[in-house]
Formats: sequence, structure tokens, C-alpha cells
Amino acid sequence: MKDLVWLIPVLPFLGALLNGVILKGRINKRAVALIACAVTGIAAALAIAIIWDYTHDPAFAGGKPFDHDYYVWMPAGPIHTVVNGVRDFNVPLGFLIDPLSCVMLFVVTFVGFLIHLYSVGYMDHEDGFQRFFTYLNLFMGAMLLLILGNSYAVMFVGWEGVGLCSYLLIGFYFKEEFPPYAGRKAFIVNRIGDFAFVIGVFALISTFGTLKYTELFDLIGKNRPLMEGAGWIGLSLAGFIALCLFIGACGKSAQIPLYVWLPDAMAGPTPVSALIHAATMVTAGVYMVARSNVIYQLAGGVSTVVAVVGAATALFAATIGIAQNDIKKVLAYSTVSQLGYMFLAAGVGAYSAAIFHVMTHAFFKALLFLGSGSVIHAMGGEQDMRKMGGLKKYLPHTRWTYLIGALAISGVPGFAGFFSKDEILHNAAAGGYWALWAVGMLTAGLTAFYMFRSYFLTFEGEFRGTHEQEHHLHESPPIMTGPLWVLAIGAVFAGFVGVPELLKGSNRFHHFLEPVIAKVGEQHAHHMSRGMEAGLMLGAIVVGLTGIFLAWRAYRGERGLATDEAFEARLPAVQRTLANKYYVDELYDATVIRGFWATCRSLFRFDAGFIDGFLVNGVRNVTVELLSQMSGLFDKFVVDGLVNGVANTLAWGSRRLRRVQTGFVSNYALVLAGGMFVLVCAFLLLRMR
Amino acid sequence: MLEVTTTHYLVLSFVLFSIGLFGVAARRNMITVLMSIELVLNSVNLNLIAFSYQLSDLTGQIFAIFTITVAAGEAAVGLGILIALFRLRETTQLDEATELKG
Repeated sequence: MKDLVWLIPVLPFLGALLNGVILKGRINKRAVALIACAVTGIAAALAIAIIWDYTHDPAFAGGKPFDHDYYVWMPAGPIHTVVNGVRDFNVPLGFLIDPLSCVMLFVVTFVGFLIHLYSVGYMDHEDGFQRFFTYLNLFMGAMLLLILGNSYAVMFVGWEGVGLCSYLLIGFYFKEEFPPYAGRKAFIVNRIGDFAFVIGVFALISTFGTLKYTELFDLIGKNRPLMEGAGWIGLSLAGFIALCLFIGACGKSAQIPLYVWLPDAMAGPTPVSALIHAATMVTAGVYMVARSNVIYQLAGGVSTVVAVVGAATALFAATIGIAQNDIKKVLAYSTVSQLGYMFLAAGVGAYSAAIFHVMTHAFFKALLFLGSGSVIHAMGGEQDMRKMGGLKKYLPHTRWTYLIGALAISGVPGFAGFFSKDEILHNAAAGGYWALWAVGMLTAGLTAFYMFRSYFLTFEGEFRGTHEQEHHLHESPPIMTGPLWVLAIGAVFAGFVGVPELLKGSNRFHHFLEPVIAKVGEQHAHHMSRGMEAGLMLGAIVVGLTGIFLAWRAYRGERGLATDEAFEARLPAVQRTLANKYYVDELYDATVIRGFWATCRSLFRFDAGFIDGFLVNGVRNVTVELLSQMSGLFDKFVVDGLVNGVANTLAWGSRRLRRVQTGFVSNYALVLAGGMFVLVCAFLLLRMR
Repeated sequence: MLEVTTTHYLVLSFVLFSIGLFGVAARRNMITVLMSIELVLNSVNLNLIAFSYQLSDLTGQIFAIFTITVAAGEAAVGLGILIALFRLRETTQLDEATELKG
């Protein structure tokens, strides 16, 4: 069964091939949807079967992964490595199944399949139905390649593949002005991160000469002094590689300072936002850091940087989320914020907690996005929450599932988000990172507040849109509400795989991932007293509930927009700053983009003035004006002179020689006689010898 | 009585040859030149016959007859050229005919 793992990424690629190339424009929407959903569904079923097979395998019990190379993809030949001297460097195409990829595999295929189903309903009235599902299947294939790949090289193929699909799907409505721009922005910002990622990978190649996880992490474990020794830019080798990989993760997973593309990515269709920009692709960075945990464990300083960046992003994005009126923007900043949480966890060494949050977040954030999609669908494309309100009457399924999602993300006990978030905060506190813990707590409160603000503004109170919109309000079809309910069940129960020991659970999730999180270096076990642990958990619950309570007080029922208006009147500067996202886009525009343009312009001037003007024309002048002149002179005097000289010499000689021909017969006779005489003399002389 | 030896013939032949050569080189009248050529040829004939006699080999005499024959032809062609020249230039002076001067 495990040998069929190659089918999991191949199936979605096959779907993309069918819909995008072979049957392009030849089949109706039903067939398109059938193909796209069938390949994803089969992949999901196969994934679950393979996970089942693997977890009931003796290899799993022994903590061993299933690692299989299919063929050598890049036989690069001998290279010089630091550890092994000269050795052959080969990049095989192979897949790895271990607990970490099992978790990701399950989340991606399961959530992906549900979102495919939902998209059938959501995209029904849109143009480019087949194109949409082609891209969506292509994305699934690339994402599965990313998580199943057994080396950084295969991961990078998937990494770039999902980036490409993200670009294509953000710019899906290419006839409008903004989406293609947002797509380009996402692509370019990701390039910055990928640049660093590739440098990190090259550092690994030059040091160890392999990119396969199993070999690589084994070698790293055996060469700790080397990894902790000097690397580049003042960091240890492990630190340098970890930092490069983390910058790559920052791009993909939207962390400060490369988060700016994610909010704009909401220009794509809502199912795309749910699948790519909430549940799967953006968590690739967290997956990569968790996968590379051996490196991060040896790079304590960089891990702290990861945690600080994560915490800062979490808080920063949460504050922006408060002042957004676009329902998808709220969710986008919420995603950035939750991704910050995951990096906070990874940074403090709680890799399993980070992956736990990846999983629960995939459920509740996909649920919230799909819920918002259902709302937007009902509102005829309207995304501004100020024009919504009171939708619970018209969209009961959407309302209840959205409420479940909001409760889950707010960390209300019993819901999935509570367990994973608590796990992260607990680990931050247990590791002694109290400042980060405090930031996490504050963010948790803010999260609860802005999520319930969006809930109250959308579903409670009176309808604030136009009469026409109100007339068209309708609950979405079952193919959309079905996935909502399935995800809602996930958002409630996904957390129970990781119930902490404090609550009489066994934290099965953590133990499941233990084989992947190798113990490198000394472990600082910070055992907290049970009371302390319980107090922290209680604190987190109180913070979450306070956020919800404040949102209820501010936006409940008939109050609607009054609180926002009061806030704007009271603190206009703060409100404007938050609504404009701290003017970061403007700051980047003024510094990076304008700087880039200015550099381009000055390079252009350099090109036009110095290169073209001085060098090229200078060369022209030297060659044409000088060399060709010299060559001309050479031709004129030496070559032509030679030719004329020969001619002149011959003419001169001829002039002399013609005198011999006197025309007097007597002379000729004399010469004849003389000649005879000479010949006879010569003959006689020769005879005498 | 002085005996006539081959040497005598050779000396006579040499004298005749020299006179003929002088005539060819120094004379301007074409008739004289032709006559001088005949003299040269005859000196050669004398030579040939002298050796023929001395060596008792008839080849020399046969050769002399050939020479006389050729000399007759030569005289005919030479006089033909002379007449053609005279018709063209009304002269038999050789230094008037310098068309081939370089």
C-alpha cells in the first residue's frame, strides 16, 4: 500500500492535465467538477489508507520512516563537501512517509477535497470554471510534492509549484485591475524569501553533499561541532542555514517583513483563500521549519529570532485585524497572526505544537474562509461587513458553522483552537520566554475580539445593505454547506488528538510526532508545577472569553457600527493607522519599490550614458575611427603598394629589356653568332673536363 | 709541292666563314647579306667534305648535298622576302626595315 504513495501527487497532476490540456474546453462543468473532485477524493482516500498502513507498520513502531527513491533526478557528479570530501552528489526523486508528513498529508488531502467540493458550488456562476479547477488540481499536486518529498530539492519543486499556483489563482480574475497586481506582488515577495531558502539549501549541499532528510539529519547529528562552528555573516553554520531557511519560510508563510502579499492575495476567489492562503500553502513554511528542526535545535539564537518574529507578527497582524471592514481582510490578517503563533511555537522548540496548530488552524480557518465565501456568494460579491448584518436569518448553516469557527480560533475550551493555542502558550512559558508568552496572550485576546467583531457585524443586528441585496439573500447550496459542516466538526474535534496531560489526556499528537523531532543537543526540561500550568491555562481561557465579551458589548445586536464610529471619532489617528495597516505598504512603496525604481533608473542612465555612450561608442570610435583608418592605410600603402610595386618593377624592367630588340637584322645575327660561339666554347670546355 | 691537308681546308673554311659572318653582320644591303650567308653555308660544306675525306665517311658529303639543297631553298625564300620588302619600301637596305624595334 505504501508503495502507492507516488499516486497521491500524481493524481491531482493528472486531473490538471485532463482539465487543462487534454479535455480543455471540450467538456461541460459537471464533467470538469467530477474529474477535479474525483482525483482529489481518490488522493485523499489513498492518503488515509497509506497513513493507516504506515501507522500499523512495524517500522512506525520503531520510529522509522518509509523512504523510497524512485529514480535519480539530477545526477550532478562529484562535488567537494566539507564532511565527506569529494563525493557524488545526486538528487533522487523520492517520497518520505513519517509522522510529520502523515499529518500534513491528511490535512492537505482532506481539507483540499472539501474545498474542491465547495468550489463546485461557489464557482458555478463564474467564468473560467475549468481553468479554476485546473489550477486547483495543479496546486494540490505541487503541495503534496512539497510535503511528501524526501529531500529539500523535491520540497523546493513543490514549494515553487504552490507559489506558481498561488500566483495564478490570486490573479484568477485577470480582467480586473487589482488581482493580477496582487498576484505579481505575491510572486515577487515570495522570490525574496526563496532566494534565501536556496542559499540555505546550497550551504547544506556544500557542507554535507546530500539533500535527503534522512541522510542529512543523520550527518548533522554526527557533526555537531561543525554545525556549531563558524559559518557565515558572523553566525554559526547551523545558525546561517537556519536563518536562510527561515527567511524562505517568512516569504511563504507571510511573516514580518514579508507578510504584505497575503492580505492582497484575498483578491483571488474565496475557496483559493481558504485552501492556499489559510489551510495549506502558507503553512508550508512552518512545515519546513518543523522538518528542519534538527538544524534549528543547533541554532539557539536563530530559533529565538524565529520566535520573536512569530510573536511580533502575531500581535501586529491581530491589531490590524481589528480595524478591517472587509470580511476576507479580517480573516487574512487573522491568518498572518495565527501563522505568527506557529512560528512562535517553532521558535521556542515546540515543533509538535506548531504542527498541531497547523492542523487545527487548517480546519477552523478553512471553515471561516468558506463561511465568508458563502456570505459573499449570498451578498452578490459584497465583502464589506458594514453593508452586512442580520444574516443569521437568511444563512443559518453558514452562521452556525462560522460561529463554531470563531469559537475555535478564539480558544474557547472544547474547540480545536483551544488545545493547540494552549499548547503553544504553555511551551512558551515553560521555555522561560515570558515576554513572548505575554504577547501570545494579548494576541489571543485580540483574536477573539476581532473574530467576534466580524461575527456580530455579519450575522447579528439589522441588515445594512441595499434592498436589492436583501431580496437576493439565500443560503448556499448543499454542496457548499456540506463541506462547512464537515470542517465545523473538524474545528470542534481536531483538538482532541492532542489533549494535554493536565486535562487527563495523553497528548497523543505530541507523541505521534516524537520520532520526527529528534533530540539534538541538551534538552532544557522546564517542568512547571501543575498549579502553575492550570493557572496559565485558565488565564488563556479568561483572555479569550474577555475578547469575546468585549466584542459582544461593542457590536451586539442593534449597536452595529456605532462602536466603530465612536472609536473613529475618539481616536482618529489610531483608527486610521490600523485601518491603513500601519502604512506598511506605503512604507515599502516609498522605500523598497521607489528605491528599486530609482536604482533601475540610475542603472538605466549608467547604461545609456556610460556603457552605451562611453564604452560602446568608445569602442566604436577606437575600432571604426582608428583601427579602420589604420587598416585603410595598411591596405593603401602596404597591400596596394606591393601590387603596384610588382607592376612598376616589371614595367621598369620591360622598358630596359626592350632595348635589346633593335630591329637591325645584323644585330640579331651578331647575337646569334656570339651565342653560338659561347655555346661551342662551353661545349668544348665541358668536353675537356 | 705542298701537300693539301685537312688543316688547309679547315683554315680556308674558317676564312670563308669569317668573311661570311662579317658580311652578315656588317653589310646593309640585303643581297650582300644573303650572299654572305651562302658563303657561311659553303664554308660549312667545305668543312664537312674535308672531314668526310679524312675520315673516309660518305655521310659528310651527303650532308653537304643536303646543305646545298637547303641553301637553295633558303636563297629562294630570302630573295622572295627581298622582293616583298622592295615592293613595300622601295629599298633593299636592311636598316630601313626596323619594324620589330622594341
